[in-house]
Amino acid sequence: MKEWVKSGTPWIWGTAGGLAVALVMVFGVLWLTAARGLIYFWPSQVVETTFVEKDGSKIRLIGEIKEQEEVAVRRLVESGFKIPGDDKFTTRYLLKLGNRDVSGFDFKWYPAPLLTDLTYPKDMLTVERREWGNFYGHLKSVKENGTVVAEGDAAMQELEKRVERARKLFDEIFRTEKQDIGDVNYALEQLRLKERRLQLEGKFDDAAKQAIGKQRETANASFAEIQARLEKLRAEIGRDSLSAEVMDGKLVDVPLAKVSEVYRANAMGVADKIGFYFHKLHQFITEDPREANTEGGIFPAIFGTVMMVILMSIMVMPLGVMAAVYMREYAGHGLLIRIIRIAVNNLAGVPSIVYGVFGLGFFVYFLGGNIDQLFFKESLPAPTFGSPGILWASLTLAILTLPVVIVATEEGLARVPRSLREGSLALGATKAETLWRTVLPMASPAMMTGLILAVARAAGETAPLMLVGVVKLAPSLPLDGHFPYLHLERQFMHLGFHIYDVGFQSPNVEAARPLVYATAFLLVLVIVALNLAAVSLRNRLRENYRGLEGM
Amino acid sequence: MSTLNMTKTPPKTHAMDMSAALEREHGREGADRAAPVCIETKNLNLYYGATQALMNVSVQIPKQRVTAFIGPSGCGKSTLLRCFNRMNDLVDNCRIEGKVLLDNDDIYDRAVKVALLRRRVGMVFQKPNPFPKSIFENVAYGLRIMGVNDKKTLSETVEGALRGAALWNEVKDRLNSNGLSLSGGQQQRLVIARAIALEPEVLLLDEPCSALDPIATAKVEELLYELKDRYTIVIVTHNMQQAARVSDFTAFMHLGEMVEFTDTNTLFTTPKMERTSDYITGRFG
Repeated sequence: MKEWVKSGTPWIWGTAGGLAVALVMVFGVLWLTAARGLIYFWPSQVVETTFVEKDGSKIRLIGEIKEQEEVAVRRLVESGFKIPGDDKFTTRYLLKLGNRDVSGFDFKWYPAPLLTDLTYPKDMLTVERREWGNFYGHLKSVKENGTVVAEGDAAMQELEKRVERARKLFDEIFRTEKQDIGDVNYALEQLRLKERRLQLEGKFDDAAKQAIGKQRETANASFAEIQARLEKLRAEIGRDSLSAEVMDGKLVDVPLAKVSEVYRANAMGVADKIGFYFHKLHQFITEDPREANTEGGIFPAIFGTVMMVILMSIMVMPLGVMAAVYMREYAGHGLLIRIIRIAVNNLAGVPSIVYGVFGLGFFVYFLGGNIDQLFFKESLPAPTFGSPGILWASLTLAILTLPVVIVATEEGLARVPRSLREGSLALGATKAETLWRTVLPMASPAMMTGLILAVARAAGETAPLMLVGVVKLAPSLPLDGHFPYLHLERQFMHLGFHIYDVGFQSPNVEAARPLVYATAFLLVLVIVALNLAAVSLRNRLRENYRGLEGM
Repeated sequence: MSTLNMTKTPPKTHAMDMSAALEREHGREGADRAAPVCIETKNLNLYYGATQALMNVSVQIPKQRVTAFIGPSGCGKSTLLRCFNRMNDLVDNCRIEGKVLLDNDDIYDRAVKVALLRRRVGMVFQKPNPFPKSIFENVAYGLRIMGVNDKKTLSETVEGALRGAALWNEVKDRLNSNGLSLSGGQQQRLVIARAIALEPEVLLLDEPCSALDPIATAKVEELLYELKDRYTIVIVTHNMQQAARVSDFTAFMHLGEMVEFTDTNTLFTTPKMERTSDYITGRFG
C-alpha cells in the first residue's frame, strides 16, 4: 500500500478523476439545457380525450401532453378523484390546454386513469397566436368579413393561404410602424430638440420659428399619409378569421390578424416535423419576443449581448495592455508599483454587483449627468447619457475584466526573451519602438488569452448589468438607421438577464420553462462561438512565434 | 601564426605603478601607426553597484581594422565592448567614470541621442537573435526604425546587406520565410546583415561564433575579413586562435584592467607583460 502511495499513482488518479468530474459536469449541463430547451420547438401531438370529473360527469379535453409523473393514489383520492383499481401509485399528465382567452387557464394536471379514449385526430388544428398563446380546436370554417368562404375539407387549404397573406400584411404593418413612423417620429423629435436648443441660446427668432414650423408641417403630412396607409392595411388584415370548435363544443372565431402559425400537428410526417422544427429554430434566433418574453424569438437579446461584448473588448484591450506595459516596462521596482500591483490583483476579487453599483453611481449619474448638462441640454429633464445604457454597461464590464487582461499581458511580456529586446535596441530603436515593433507583437497570443478570459467572464455577468443598462424589453436596438447609427445611450437586452426574466418574472412560468433552457443553451453557444473566434486568432498568432523557445 | 612559442619574458615592473606602466604600453605598437583612431577611452572606470568591473581602462581602437579583446572569463571584455554603444545603460546600478569618445565626440554626453549612437555602432551578440519576422523584415528593421519605408530603397538595401553578409545566395528565394527557420550560422550572418544594413561606422561582435559549429564559424570569420574594409570591427572572443586568425590588433584584459594592447603578431609572439604570456600559453584562464 505504501509502495502504491509512494509511486505517485494516487496523484494521477486523483487529478484525472477531478478532470473527469469537471468534464462530466460541463457536458452534463450542456446536455440538460439542450435536451430540455431544444425539445420546445418540436411540434407536439395534440390529444383529444374524455375526462371523468370528480362528480362523475364527463368532459372533453383537447391539449398537448407536456409532462407526466408518478403520484400516490391516496393523494388523488383525498382530493376527490375516484380512481379505479388497487394500485398504490399511478401516473398523471400535465396537459397544455391553450385557449387561455376562452377558458381562463392553460396548464393543468389530470390523473391518467381518468382520461379515457385518448385519440389523436388528424384534423386537430394548432394555432399559434400573437396574444393569448396557443389555440387548439377542430377547424370548421374560414370567414371573410363575417361571411363563410370555405368550410369542411376545403377549409384547411383556404386557411393556409389566408394565414400566409395575413402574415405578410402583418410584417408590412410592423415594418411601417417601426421604420416609417419611426423615421417621422425621429424627425419630429429632432425638430423639437432644435427648437429647444435655439430657445436656450436665445436665437429663436421669427425666421427660425417659421422654418421649423414648415418642417414640422411636412413631417406631419407624411405622418398622416403613413397613417392612412396603415388604416388600409389594418382593414385588410382584419378581414379574415377562422372558426373552430373548441373542447367544450363552442364555436370560437379567431381573427387571422392575430395568427402567426397554423398546422395540423397530428397529421405531420417526420419530414414535415423536421422542417417545422428548423423553421421554429430560425424564428427563435431571428425574431423579437412577444407575450412578455414568454414566446417568440430572442434576437434582440443575442444582438445586445454580442454588441456589449464587442464594445467591452474595444475598451478593455487598450486599457489593459497599456497598464500592463507600464507596470512591466516603465515602472520602477519601488513601493508604489507594488501597491498598484496588489490593488490590480484585488480588483479581480470584487463582487460583480459592487461594480454595478459603482457603474451606476460614477458612470451613469456622475459622468452621464455631466455629459447631459454639457451636450444635451435641450433634452433635459429627460436624460440622454444620464441614465443606464449600453455604453455604461460595456464600460462597467471592461473595468470588471481589466485585471484579467493586465495579468495575462504581463505574463506575455515577461516571456519575451531579453536577447530580442537587446537586439532591437542595438539597432537604434528606442524603448517605445522596441515595444511596439517587437515585444508587443510577440506578446499578442498572451493578450488574446486575456481577451478570451475577459469575454468569457463578461458575456455571462448579469448582476452588474441590471443596474447599468439592461432592460426586460428594449423598444429598439442600439444600432439602427438613424445617425449616428450606433446609439450608445440606449438600453439593451441581454441573454443572461433574459434567462432570469423569463424564468422568474413571467406570467406563465410553465409555458416559459423550456424557453429558459433554450436561452441558456444559446447563451453557452454564443460564448463558445466568441471564444472559438478568439482562440483561432490566437493560434494563428502563435504560429509566427514558434521556434523561439530556448532563446 | 603560432601562438605556442614564447621568446622572451616580459620585464618585471612590480615596483612601478601598474596603471602608469600599462598606460605607456597603450596605443598601437604595430606596423600601421598611421591608422586613425575610431573609438578611444580615457581612464574608463565602470561600477556595477559597489563592484568595480573596469579599472582605469584607456584604449584607442583603430579605424577600419579588426581589434580583438581576449582574456579569461569575467575580465570585463564584454563590459568594455558594451560601453562602446552604451548597452550598459540597460543595466540597473551601472555607473561609469571617465570618457568614451567616438570620433572625438564624448558618447556619454547628455546631449547625445542613444538611438542615433547605436546606429553608428552596431552590435552582434553571442547567441544569434533574429526577430520572429521574415528575413526581409529582419534586415529592414533598422531602416524602418529610421523611417525608410519606400519599397525600392528597402529591397535594394536589404539585398546589399545580405550580399555583404555572404547570405544572399542562400536566402534570395525565401526572403519571406521566418528568420528563425535558418540554421545557427545563417542566423548569425542574418544578424550581421541586419547590423550592416544601417551602414554603421563600427561593428561590435561579442563572441559571435561561440554558439556556432566550426564550419559556420569559418564562414563568419571569412565575412569579417571582407567587412573590415568598410567598418571598424571590435570582436570579443574566448578563442585565441580565432583572435590570432582574424584580428589586426589584440587587447588582453584581466580582472578589469587592460593589460596589453598591441598588434596581433606582437602580442602572440613577443608579449611584453608576463600576465599576457601566461594567459596565451595557457597557464591560466
